[in-house]
Amino acid sequence: MAMDSSVKKTTLKLVLLTLTMFGFGFAMVPLYDVFCEVTGINGKTNNTPYQYQTEKVTIDKSRTVTIQFVTNNNDKMGWDFYPKTTELKVHPGQLESVVFFAHNPSEQAMVAQAIPSITPFDAADYLHKTECFCFNQQRLTSGEKVDMPMRFVIDQALPKHIKKLTLSYTLFDVTPSHSN
Amino acid sequence: MSAVLEGHTTDHHHGPAKGLWRWVLTTNHKDIGTLYLWFSFAMFLFGGTMAFVIRAELFQPGMQIVDPNFFNQMTTMHGLVMVFGAVMPAFVGLANWMVPMMVGAPDMAMPRMNNWSFWILPFAFAMLSSTLFMEGGGPNFGWTFYAPLSTTYAPPSTVLFILSVHMMGISSIMGAINIIATVLNLRAPGMTLMKMPLFVWTWLITAFLLIAVMPVLAGVVTMMLMDISFGTSFFSAAGGGDPVLFQHVFWFFGHPEVYIMILPAFGVVSAIIPAFARKPLFGYTSMVYATASIAFLSFIVWAHHMFTVGMPITGELYFMYATMLIAVPTGVKVFNWITTMFKGALTFETPMLFAVAFVILFTIGGFSGLMLAIAPADFQYHDTYFVVAHFHYVLVPGAIFGIMAGVYYWLPKWTGYMYDETMGKVHFWLSFIGMNLAFFPMHFTGLAGMPRRIPDYALQFANFNMISSVGAFLFGFTQLLFLFIVIKCIMGGKKASAKPWEGAEGLEWMLPSPAPYHTFTTPPDVK
Repeated sequence: MAMDSSVKKTTLKLVLLTLTMFGFGFAMVPLYDVFCEVTGINGKTNNTPYQYQTEKVTIDKSRTVTIQFVTNNNDKMGWDFYPKTTELKVHPGQLESVVFFAHNPSEQAMVAQAIPSITPFDAADYLHKTECFCFNQQRLTSGEKVDMPMRFVIDQALPKHIKKLTLSYTLFDVTPSHSN
Repeated sequence: MSAVLEGHTTDHHHGPAKGLWRWVLTTNHKDIGTLYLWFSFAMFLFGGTMAFVIRAELFQPGMQIVDPNFFNQMTTMHGLVMVFGAVMPAFVGLANWMVPMMVGAPDMAMPRMNNWSFWILPFAFAMLSSTLFMEGGGPNFGWTFYAPLSTTYAPPSTVLFILSVHMMGISSIMGAINIIATVLNLRAPGMTLMKMPLFVWTWLITAFLLIAVMPVLAGVVTMMLMDISFGTSFFSAAGGGDPVLFQHVFWFFGHPEVYIMILPAFGVVSAIIPAFARKPLFGYTSMVYATASIAFLSFIVWAHHMFTVGMPITGELYFMYATMLIAVPTGVKVFNWITTMFKGALTFETPMLFAVAFVILFTIGGFSGLMLAIAPADFQYHDTYFVVAHFHYVLVPGAIFGIMAGVYYWLPKWTGYMYDETMGKVHFWLSFIGMNLAFFPMHFTGLAGMPRRIPDYALQFANFNMISSVGAFLFGFTQLLFLFIVIKCIMGGKKASAKPWEGAEGLEWMLPSPAPYHTFTTPPDVK
């Protein structure tokens, strides 16, 4: 049976719709990221250093916010990794600095990547990092120890109901993918 | 019987070819429908066998029969085989048989593609099943294959799993394109869209859902493949990706998918209830709009499957209310079916028994769905047997009973013989009892906190699990009776008239039974 032209037309449209939806599946990847960034959900923080401008910042001495630091090792990551300060009371607008310690006890050089996450998630937009070891991958030779600084400022616009926030880092072993 | 179109078998039409090649080369919609239905039944028994392994292990607490990794492969493969191998092909089979006859078309719009969309399925499932015998075993990460379980921690056979999902997707998409092209272009003159039987309507909408979401499934497994084989990081946080992204993309496919498995059953039941109530379907137009609304809503509720991933409260509230909204069009349908039966001259032949059970038991599944939609309550129900009870109630007495109702209803048309009514009723009642015994106790074990996908459980769940297992075995073995009834009906029996059901309506009943190999080569008159 020869395909009549109306069937051909319908089929063509449906094939195009199929391809569009396949593309849409992939488009969801950046779309979700954009969505998370715009709304600040998912506890994702900025991956680029915050430009700290002293003259613009007034320190809000009337408020004190507690910030806690938590570290985790992903899966079989063998490094020692912990914050030297586990809790800090800070005023919004004040530039603070903490140090995280990392040690590679293994026999070979390894590369690690720390991934931050903030709870409550609606605080994610208000924690600005001017310097962070999580911006780059960290390479440590066998037995090497390192103190890694992290400098941050909490935005004065932090919603009033947030009195305590937790910054968590998960350390991933990215050695194999780094070596090729 | 004057309406029967018997005079149209002219000499230039050939009958089916002889031998096995008939089935390999066929482009006839009835042959392909039959192939789909038999394939689906084989997969139903295969998936059921895996359910037997699961229920045998869970018969008593403690580790008895299989090791945990194999148990996980069984839960995963049971889900995959039942969803993609049993339920979906069964509905495509029904559509192949019935849609051309219902709209007065001679065949599907693209008969060769129809052949191809069936014949890649056995290869896809052969490939998927072969992974069970490979080193490292088959897929063991649940039918939802969440990353990183299905990427970082997956067995090496996962690549074959991905390829087989691609093949199933291609098959479904081709089938869907074919159905849409048939319905939109090949309707008999006078068969306007709003005169189409609801089975055709629900399938048209289902086909659009398939085309919209199967490519997204293809996308998500492609991303997995790239993460596994090509070092990308779609779902790996270490490389800047996000495992939660997997769940979002998967459920964007997954939620419409559950409606793909139920909408055609709505169509079947909407044909059967009026036939045995001897009244026209109540609220035809509202049924069409309700189906379309359910399809639309299915795209905007996906994250209710992932309330516990740490969504913001606004997200939880949105997905909670949007999900509850689905109860409105679904309620419209349920009330329409009940109103159709109200004051009807009801008789309860086997198709009607399955259809009535469908309405009652699917509604129970719908209600537990509403409970799960309540975000704060879902934190307790999430990943427990309550969820298992819920989706088995909408899939077994929902999708499967819908398919069985349709098979009994149309068997006389397909074979030319009546099935054995007594045995049909025995099949129904044993299935009904077995299925409720198997799945109702799961509500209680789930509420009490028994997690899903575990091979062992705490002692307090022992009694209910034993009842579930007994019910599951009863339900499973009963399906062999179904096989026997169908074969017996094909072999012979009481001759079926063109319209064996007094109240049945539709073009298919104008044809003789069994339906000739070629039908409606000249379009029928539609009033």
